[in-house]
Parts: sequence; structure tokens; C-alpha cells
Amino acid sequence: MVGSKNRKLTRFFLIAGVLLFFYAPIASLMVFSFNDSRSLTSWAGFSTQWYTALFANREMMSAIYVTLLVALLSTFISTVVGTLTAIGISKSRKIIRELIINVNNFPILNPEIVTAIGLMLLFSSLSIEKGLITMLVAHIIFSTPYVILTVLPKLRGLDPDIAEAAMDLGATPAQALWKVIIPLIMPGVISGALLAFTMSFDDFVISYFVSGNGVKNISILVYTMSKRINPTINALSTILVVIITFVLLIVNLLPFLKKKELRGAE
Amino acid sequence: MRVFGNLVKPYMVWMSLFIVIPMLLIVLYAFTTHGNSVMAFQFTFDNFGKFFDPVFIKVMLKSIQVALITTGVCIVIGYPIAYVIANVDERWQTLLMLLVTIPMWINMLVRTYAWISILSDSGLINTFLKSINIGPLKMMYTDFAVILGMVYNFLPFMILSIYTSLAKMDKAVINASYDLGANTRQTFMKITLPLSMPGVISGVTLVFLPAVSTFIIPKFLGGGQYMLIGNLIENQFITVGEWNFGSAISLIMAMIIMLSMYMTRKIDKDIVQEAQGGNKW
Amino acid sequence: MRQLIEFKNVVKEFNGVLVLKGINLVIHENEFVTLLGPSGCGKTTLLRILGGFISQSEGEVFFDGIEISNVPPYKREINTVFQRYALFPHMNVYDNIAFGLNIKKQDKNTIKQKVTRMLKLVGLEGYENRPVTLMSGGQQQRVAIARALVNEPMVLLLDEPLGALDLKLRKEMQHELKKIQQEVGITFIYVTHDQEEALTMSDTIVVMNNGEVQQIGTPTDIYNEPENRFVADFIGESNIMEGVMVDDYRVRFDETDFECIDSGYTEMTPVDIVLRPEDIDIVPVEMGKIKGIVQSSLFKGVHFEIVVESPYREYIIHTTDNAAIGQEVGLHFFPEDIHIMYKMGY
Repeated sequence: MVGSKNRKLTRFFLIAGVLLFFYAPIASLMVFSFNDSRSLTSWAGFSTQWYTALFANREMMSAIYVTLLVALLSTFISTVVGTLTAIGISKSRKIIRELIINVNNFPILNPEIVTAIGLMLLFSSLSIEKGLITMLVAHIIFSTPYVILTVLPKLRGLDPDIAEAAMDLGATPAQALWKVIIPLIMPGVISGALLAFTMSFDDFVISYFVSGNGVKNISILVYTMSKRINPTINALSTILVVIITFVLLIVNLLPFLKKKELRGAE
Repeated sequence: MRVFGNLVKPYMVWMSLFIVIPMLLIVLYAFTTHGNSVMAFQFTFDNFGKFFDPVFIKVMLKSIQVALITTGVCIVIGYPIAYVIANVDERWQTLLMLLVTIPMWINMLVRTYAWISILSDSGLINTFLKSINIGPLKMMYTDFAVILGMVYNFLPFMILSIYTSLAKMDKAVINASYDLGANTRQTFMKITLPLSMPGVISGVTLVFLPAVSTFIIPKFLGGGQYMLIGNLIENQFITVGEWNFGSAISLIMAMIIMLSMYMTRKIDKDIVQEAQGGNKW
Repeated sequence: MRQLIEFKNVVKEFNGVLVLKGINLVIHENEFVTLLGPSGCGKTTLLRILGGFISQSEGEVFFDGIEISNVPPYKREINTVFQRYALFPHMNVYDNIAFGLNIKKQDKNTIKQKVTRMLKLVGLEGYENRPVTLMSGGQQQRVAIARALVNEPMVLLLDEPLGALDLKLRKEMQHELKKIQQEVGITFIYVTHDQEEALTMSDTIVVMNNGEVQQIGTPTDIYNEPENRFVADFIGESNIMEGVMVDDYRVRFDETDFECIDSGYTEMTPVDIVLRPEDIDIVPVEMGKIKGIVQSSLFKGVHFEIVVESPYREYIIHTTDNAAIGQEVGLHFFPEDIHIMYKMGY
């Protein structure tokens, strides 16, 4: 079976090659964040000086604070609004449903830069000063459509009479939401929230156009600082990569753990 | 139940204010003259006329060219990868797809920034080449660097999209093809490839759209002089302050994108129809 | 029996389409009422109006003498068994059944007693902790019934509850449902498109078509005395002919006059005539009222289904005696087997 062995080898090298392509740059970025010199190409020994520098840098700390604050708030708000809206959509007449879904698709299909300048024009037309609030509002605006899009399929999978059944048994509409619908679509809500979080956490284009007055998130800071070689950016990037990978691992491992739990219960 | 239908009302207001009105504002700015205030506008076509200056046309054509090459490279690399992953043991599929998709979630600036220290004149590649007495190779600030950066950023979307269509394909169809006497190559060409076309098409949209509009990658890897349509828009808004012209370019770009989406959807439909036998039978 | 529910001229419009065209209907206490009709006839819409899930465009609905149009579903003493059961997949059997009682904040012991009693009634003792998603269609059905009945409603609505079950299970559940209804002694309103189901279980059948009530009556009334061609056609297999009343006790169809038992029609009134397949006998040619050639014969288990072609039409006949294909035979029936109906639209 020489042919089959060759095919196996080809497969292995293809996969290994693409993974190397994906991860080598990130790995080198992370490795050199621990370099003892300013160089990003020659290794001068292990050191955490760039992390020390990072945590001493007030601008960077403020960017981390802004990023986390905006990500947490916008995730919370867009998840609540998006989930309730998705429930509303699933119970609306076809014409309203299609109208909302189509408009909702705009920010998803449009290039980010178009959404960004649209919002920039809106804020300036309303004479709203660009800053933390505009950044937060913008993040809620672009996250909510994704939350809706993630939650809707879960609702479609429900028995169409499930809310009626709860109310038939004496639950008020609010009780039907809390005790029946929300628990059933919870996996969708959680993945919507995580999507909103990562999108907000990583966003550059929209934040760049709608913020100002010295309010910067991590991405904007990286953008303005990256013109010169600067290992603090590597340190910062390393932290970002670790956080996002951690979040992704949780998201992807949760279903596995749940399955195990269920199997254990039987 | 009407009670729940009411839940969409707040979002409809929100949506009109923050999605519909901004779109209309772009159109308004694109068709009016200078002045960064909505109150003092005057109707004009000048902003579009200005775009037909050869300098700007060249930028647009360059953007489309770079995005097309990127998309092509992504298909050529992405298809075999997706095919291999879709055909390995199922436990491995989940893991490999996780590894392919993780980079998608990492900050695009960080991913692009990582390449600077690899490609630059004194970067990792050139350091290595120097040690074996070759080079230095000029890679930064070239088309090569920009396209490499784009492929790096958008390839996972292509793989994911093709993989999805391959993975959900009914294996019985493949077996039926073997059963009817087709060999591996014939089965791939006549069955697998046509059936996975919708995945390729949606991959094309997922790669082409961000590639044609990005301004970070050309800025980082192409340098300050490297102009694609996204950089042009950024310049108009951030550096030059020509909001009206910037809006007009955005509108043109949105048009190009909508047109290309319409076309890919149409191709997609035709292919699906053909794959299902269409009206040929 | 006391009158419990009354629909008064109920009209429902969906996007310009009239789904219910003025329904008037009275339902009594302890009655097993079936709303029977083809899909799209408005039967489910009527049920959902009573459940409170949609509101009528016009007309009134009275429950126990009170107009209830503005009473939300959770305040109505009515419970529903939904088409696909609508069980709560994130709860086990016990929690599904206890849901309504928990909402009403009854104390734990009472709830436990009531749920246990219900599980016994529907034959699911010992299944308390089973996730509902792991149960068969028939078991889910029973949970849905228990979940509704545990709230001690005055009326139970059932929306094609047996539709998803296979034939054998469906027959079993028909008897069981009837038994449960007699045991708990409340009104059941049952929606189905299956005429056999309706005939088996109901005290009263309401035949509906195109948003209108076609006939209300006991199963025997509906079967033996259909009021129009639609009812005759929908309930059981029928031979339906067009004809005229020549005189009292004389009807003419297929250019022949036949003796019948109906009178009081004006002379030459156009009518529809029904002959049930089991009311026709195959006899020697010379003894038949109608002559024809046997076209086909199918053995159906209990009887043969024989098609006989006369010069005017094909007759379907159910009989226990077989007949040879191609043979000329006579068809015989008694005057009382001829059912005369006014033509629809007259």
C-alpha cells in the first residue's frame, strides 16, 4: 500500500503546513514579547521587562480598561436586546420579520468601514462629542445583529406552541419567557454573547472612526503604535491572544463537557 | 402571540436610528457639497465626477485586483485543506477545525503586526537568508506582502466555508458514484466538486468582501504610500477631511460589493440548480 | 346538560382571508365535542380562539356565561393538549406536569399528590424523572394530557393530538382518551380531520368546511343523515348523485324514479342523493334496481370493495360476498337507504 502511505504523508504535510502558516507568526510574536532586547529577530534571553513596561504604561492600561469596559457593557446590552428582539421576531408576522432581518443584515454584509463612517456621520450630525459613549453605542449597534442571528435558529428549533403551552398552564407572558423560552434558547444566547464579546474586544475599524478625545481601545493603540518596532505591543498582543484563545476553548469545550455530564446522569 | 411580537418594537426604533439613518447620511453626503454640517448642504454630482480621475480609478482597479488574487490563492490553498480535513477521522475533524478557526478570532491588527517582524528587511526571514548568504530579499511594502497578509487573515473563512459544505454532504452519494463504476478522480470531479461549489462560492464572498475594503493590511504591510480603496476612504475622513468625497467613494464601494454579491448569489443558484439536475432532465 | 361555552357569530380574518365566517356554536358541560373538517377549514383557529392564543376579528365567546375575549390564556379555566405536545424539553416528566401547579404556587405536598394521581390516570407511574425528550410519541402524548388535566380545568382542548402516532397506537389512545374523559367528567373539545376518530369518540360532532359549520349532531346523525353533499362525502365513503324530487317519496336520478322516505320538498327541487356503499347489495340482474358490470373487486379484510359500472356512473359497494369481474349484476337498496339532501348553495 505504497500509494495510500504517500497519500497519508501528503495529507499530513498539507495540514502541518497550513497550521505552521497560521501559528508561526503568532508564536514568534509571543516568543519575542519575552525577549531581553528590543529586537524582534534575535533572541537575547528571557525577560518580562516588556510586560513590566506594559503595566507601567498609563496609556496602555487605560486602553485595556476601555476595551474591557466597552466589551462587557456592549455584550450585556446587545445580548439582552438581541435575545428579546429575536424572540419578538420569531412571533411576528412574516412582513415584519423579513423587514427586520433584512435591515439587520446590513451591518453584517456591509464592509465595516461603511458602517463606521455612517455612524461617524450620524454622531457628528447630532453634534455628539466622540468618546467613550459613542464607542459603546457603536459596539452595541454592530453586535446586536450578530446576537439576533445566533439566537434566531434556536427559536426556530422550538415547538411553535411552547410559549402558548406555558401560558395555557397559567404562566404570564413574563413567566413564559423566563421559565420556558429563555432556558431553552440559553445555548444560543451564550454563544451570541461570546460572539458579541470577541467582536467588541477585537474591534478596530468602527472604534477608530467613532471615538476621539483620547479615548482609545487596545486596537486603536496598536494601530497608532505599530509604526515603530515596540515589544510592548508584543506583550499586549500576547495577552490578547491568550484571552481570546481561552474564551474560544471554553466555548468549544462546554458542549463536550455537557454531553459527558448528561451521559453520566443516565 | 401578539404579546411577544411587541418585543421587536424597541429594536425597530433603534434599528432605524442607528442602521437606516447612517446609510441615508452617507448617501446624503455623497450627493452634496462641502461643509461638515447637515444643515448647509447643496446637491451635486461632483464627488462622483472626482472619482473618475485616473488616479482614483487606478486605486479602485488595484483594490479589485488584489482582492481577486487573494480570493484565488485562498481557493487554491483552502480547498485541498478543507477536503483533507473533511476526510479524516471525525474526532480529528473537530480539533483541526478548531485550530483553523482560532486565528479568525484573534485581533486582526495583531495578526498583521506579527508579519512585520517576519517580512521586514532585518526580519526573521532575511536574518535566516543572511545566515546562509542569500538576500536580503525585499518583501515589506510590496504587493506580495499585502496579498500574503490578506491570505493569512482570510484563509480560515475559505477553509471553514468549504469544509462545511463538504462535511454535510451525504456520504451515500459518494458511495453511489463508486458503486456505479466511477473511480476516485471521476467521483471527485463529477460529484464532490460540483456539490461543494456552494461552499466555495460563500467562501469567495467571505474573502473577497473584507479583502476589497480593508485598510489595515495595506497600511501595515504595504506602507504609507500603498493605496487601496479602504485607505482612500480612511484618508478622506481622517486626514483630508473631505467627508463628501469619502462618502461618495464608500457608496461606490458598497455598490461594487452589492453587485458582486448579487452575481455570486446568482452563480450559486445556477450551480445549485445544475447540481440538482435543474431543468435539463 | 348545562350550557358552558357559546360562540356567537365569530369571524376571524388573517391578512384579508376569512378563516372563520360567523361561527355560532354551543357546547355543554361534560360533552365530548369534536370539530371535524379538512385542513384549513378553521377548526384549529376556533380552538385557538377559545384557548386565548388568538383573538377573533368579530363576534363574542362566552364561557360559563361571561364574555372572555379579553381574558388572557393564563387566566382561563381551559387547558390545551397541543398538536406536537409542546412539552418543555428542559424539564423531566414530573416538572412538566407540575408546571401549572408551581406557577400557582401550590404547596409541594399537594403538587406531589396531584402529579402522582395524574401519572396513574395516564398510566405513567414510575416515569417521574425521565427526560421528556427520551420518551416515545405515545408517552409524550400522555404527559401532555396529564400536564393539562392536573390543573383541573373545566374544559380540555385537544388539537389533533393523535396525528403523530402510528395507526395501532392511535386506536388505543382513542379508547383511552374517551375513558379519561368519562373518568374526569369535564368537557373535551377535540379537533381532528380524521372522520373515524370523530365517530368513535364524540358525543357531538361539528363538521366544518371553509370557515363555516356544515352540520352539528351525534355521530349517528352525521353518518346517517348528512345534511349536505360535503358532509356525506367527508364522513365515510359515499356514492353521491345529483337528482330531483319528482314528488313526495319519489326521487329521480340516472333517468329512473326511485321510491324513498323523504317528503316536503317542492316539486322538481334539485337535490343530492347519497347511497352508502354498505347499504347496496349485489343481487342477480333481474332483481336489481340498477344494472351494471363488475369492474374491480378488492378484499379489504372484513368486506370486499366492489366497483360496478352502470351506464351512468360507477358505484362503490361494500359487501361480504365477492363478485366476479366482468359479470353483469343487479344493485339493490331499500328506500330508507336513499339519503336526500338539499343541494349546497340552495
